[in-house]
Amino acid sequence: MPLVEPGAPPASANAAPQVDPAVARAYWKKTSGLMWTVLAIWFFAGFGIHFFAPSLNPIHVFGFPLGFWFAAQGSLVIFVVGLFWFAKRQNQIDEEFGVQEDA
Amino acid sequence: MSASTGGKDPFISNLNKIYAGYTGGFAVFVVLLAILEQMGVPDRIIGYLFVFLTIGVYAYIGIISRTAQVSEYYVAGRKVPAIYNGMATGSDWMSAASFIGMAGSLYALGYGGLAFILGWTGGYMLVAILLAPYLRKFGQYTVPDFLGARFGGNLARSIGVVVLITSSFVYVVAQIVGVGIITQRFLDVSFTMAVFLGLAGILVCSMLGGMRAVTWTQVAQYIILIIAYLIPAILMSLKVTGVPVPQLMYGIALERIEGLEAAFRAAGQTPPPGVTGFHTAPFIGANGQFNMNAATNFFALVFCLMVGTAALPHILMRYFTTPSVREARASVAWSLFFIFLLYFTAPAYAAFGKLEIYQSLIGQPIAALPDWVKNWQIMSPYGVPWINIVDVNRDGILQWNEFRIHADVVVLATPEIAGLPYVIAGLVAAGGLAAALSTADGLLLALANALSHDVYYKMINRNAPTAQRLIISRVLLIFVAIAAAWTAGNAGADILFLVAWAFSIAAAGLFAALVMGVWYKGTTNAAACWGMAVGYLVTFFYLIWTEFFGLHFMEVFGTKEAILAAARQAAALPQAAPELKAYAEALVANAAAIQNGSLSWLGSLFAGSGLPTDSVVLRGRVVGRLWGLNNISGGIIGVPLSFLIIYVVSQFTTKPSQAMQDFIEDIRIPKGGVRLADAREAVKE
Repeated sequence: MPLVEPGAPPASANAAPQVDPAVARAYWKKTSGLMWTVLAIWFFAGFGIHFFAPSLNPIHVFGFPLGFWFAAQGSLVIFVVGLFWFAKRQNQIDEEFGVQEDA
Repeated sequence: MSASTGGKDPFISNLNKIYAGYTGGFAVFVVLLAILEQMGVPDRIIGYLFVFLTIGVYAYIGIISRTAQVSEYYVAGRKVPAIYNGMATGSDWMSAASFIGMAGSLYALGYGGLAFILGWTGGYMLVAILLAPYLRKFGQYTVPDFLGARFGGNLARSIGVVVLITSSFVYVVAQIVGVGIITQRFLDVSFTMAVFLGLAGILVCSMLGGMRAVTWTQVAQYIILIIAYLIPAILMSLKVTGVPVPQLMYGIALERIEGLEAAFRAAGQTPPPGVTGFHTAPFIGANGQFNMNAATNFFALVFCLMVGTAALPHILMRYFTTPSVREARASVAWSLFFIFLLYFTAPAYAAFGKLEIYQSLIGQPIAALPDWVKNWQIMSPYGVPWINIVDVNRDGILQWNEFRIHADVVVLATPEIAGLPYVIAGLVAAGGLAAALSTADGLLLALANALSHDVYYKMINRNAPTAQRLIISRVLLIFVAIAAAWTAGNAGADILFLVAWAFSIAAAGLFAALVMGVWYKGTTNAAACWGMAVGYLVTFFYLIWTEFFGLHFMEVFGTKEAILAAARQAAALPQAAPELKAYAEALVANAAAIQNGSLSWLGSLFAGSGLPTDSVVLRGRVVGRLWGLNNISGGIIGVPLSFLIIYVVSQFTTKPSQAMQDFIEDIRIPKGGVRLADAREAVKE
C-alpha cells in the first residue's frame, strides 16, 4: 500500500532539479569550505593540542595540569561549542543560497 | 500518545510538559524512598523498588507507544525535535561501559584513559559535518538503505548489513552482560536469571513500538542516568572539597594525588598491577618517562573511537528521525552536549575516588579498613573479588600495590565511600541499568531492522504488505535478543573487551564508503564494495589473528628476538592450551633455529622510531602488536586502507551515471526532493 509518508520528501524518480546547478555548485563550495574548517578544529582539539600535553602539564590552573585539563575538559568544550557554531553557520549558508528546506 | 498521523501530534506539542512532569515524579520517588529508608525499610527492598519501578516506567512508555505504521516503527514518524533526539542519542550512546566502567578506567589509566573521553565525544564532530545532514536528506530508514541506493543495490547493501551485524551484535552482548551484572547485584538472583530479566525489560520497550517507543523510552532513560551520575559526584565533591561542583574542584584532588604518588614512590612502594603510578602524566611507560609506544597507542585509540562513533549504525539511524535536515544538524550538537555532561564528570569520579583511597586507606592496618571496603570484598562475575586486598609483604598494613579494585566499583561504590544513604546506591544502580538498557534497545533495533527491512523486505520480498513486514520485524527482534542473551549468559564478563572491537570494525567497514558516497561524486559502486569488504575483512582478521593466535602472528611479522620473546611468554602462561605450550616450549628450547618472520621487514618498518612489532600478555593470552599498536586500535590500519581502495578503484571502474550524480546533488542540498538513481530503491509505506 503506497501511502505518502508524512514528513518525508517525495521520492519521485524523474522530477526536475529544484535548485539551479550553478547555485548548487557555489553552495557546495561554501559548504565544503565550512566542512574543512570544522575538520581542522576537530583535528586541533582531538589531536594537535595533545601533542603538546607533556609540555603543557607543568602549568597548573586550579590544580589541573594544563595538558590533562585539555584532554579531560578543554577539547570537549571545543567540540560542543564548535558543533553549535557549525549548525548555526551552515544554516546561514543555506539561507544565503536560498536552499533551506521549505517550512 | 495514540498512533496519530502527521499534523499536530498532541504528544509532540506537550513534550516539555510531559518530561518535566516525569523528572519531577522521579525526584519525588527518590525522596520517598529516602524517607522509607529512614523509616527502616531494608536495603534489599529499596533496591527492588528502584529496579522494578524504573523498568515499569520504560515498559509503560514502550506499550503506549505501540504502532502499526512502518514509518513510526522505523523512524519514529520523523517527528522527534532536535533536543529530544539529542537526549535519546545520549542514552543510546552511553552504555553500561560509559556509566559504570569509564570512571574506573580513568582511575586505573590516569591520562591514558582520557583517550576514551576524547574519542567518544570528538566523533560527533565527524557525524555532524560529514554524514548526519546528508543521511537525513536521503530520508529512508536504515544505513544499508543508503549504501544500496548510492552504490547500486544489493551487493553494497549486503556488505553494509554484514558489518552492521558484526559490530552491533558484539556490542549488544556486552550491554546485556552489563544489565546482568547490575541486576544480579541489586536483586540477588543468578547471573542467567538476571540476564533474562533484563532482556524482558529491553524487549518490552522496543517490540511493540519500534523506533518510536525506543526514542521516547531513551529520553526517559537519559533523564534518570544523568541524574544518577551527577548526584553522587556532587555529594562526593562536597565531602572532599566543600564545594558541590565536581568538574571544577577535582583539580585540587589531582594535585593531592600527584603528591601522594610521589610520597609512595619515595617510600619505595609500587602501584598495583594495571594502575598507573603517575595519574596526570601523558604518554609514559611504567618508569614515568616518555614512551613513544604509549603516545602512538593513545592517538590511534582516539582516532579509532572517533571514526567508529561516526560509523556505528545505531547512532547514525537516530538522525533519520528528526523532522528536517536543519534539525538533524542541531540534533548532533545537542547529542554531544548531553553526552558531554557525563563525560565531563567521569574524570572527577576517578580523581575523588583515588584521592579518598590513597588518603584514607593506604597505610592503614588491614584489619581496621572501613565497612564499605569489606562490603565489596565479594566475588565479582569476573572471577576476582571486586576489591581484592592482597597483603603481599604480610605486614598487616595496606600498601599501595596491595589494594586492587575492579574498574566498575569506582562508580558503584562512590555512594558508600562518601558515606551516603543506600538510596543513592539504588539510584546509581537505576542509572547504570538505564544506560545499559537504552543502548541495548537501540542496538537490537538496528540489528532487527537490518534483517527485516534490508534483508527481508529489500532483498527477499519487495511486495510484502505492511502488516507482514512489521510482524517479521518483531519476530526477528525477539530472535536477535534471545541470541544475544544466550551468548551473554554463556560468555559472561570475559567478552567485554570485544566492545572496543566494534568501533574498529564499524569504522573500517562503513566510514569510508559513507563519507566518500556523499563527498566524492566519482565514487563508483565497485569501489565502494571493495573498500567496505577489504576494510572490514582486514580489520576483523587482524583482530582475531593478533588476539587468539598471537604467537603465530609474531612468527610472521616478528624478528627472531621478538618471536623468541613471544614464545617465552606463551610457555609461561598458566592458561595456555597444552598444545600451544608444548609448541612454545619447543621453540624456546631450539631458540638458535628461529628465523625472522617472512614479513618481519614490514613489522620492523618503524622499529627505528621505537615502535617494533612485539607481543604482550593480556586477558590470559599472548597478544601480537604490529608496530606496537594494541589491537583495540585495529581500525587505524583498516580505515585508511578502505579510503585508499575506494579512491583508487574509482579511477578504473565505470563512472557513476548521470542519474546517480543527480541523486548525489539532491542529498547535498537541503531543499527539494531526492531523485533516486534507481526507482526500485524507493521505500513504500
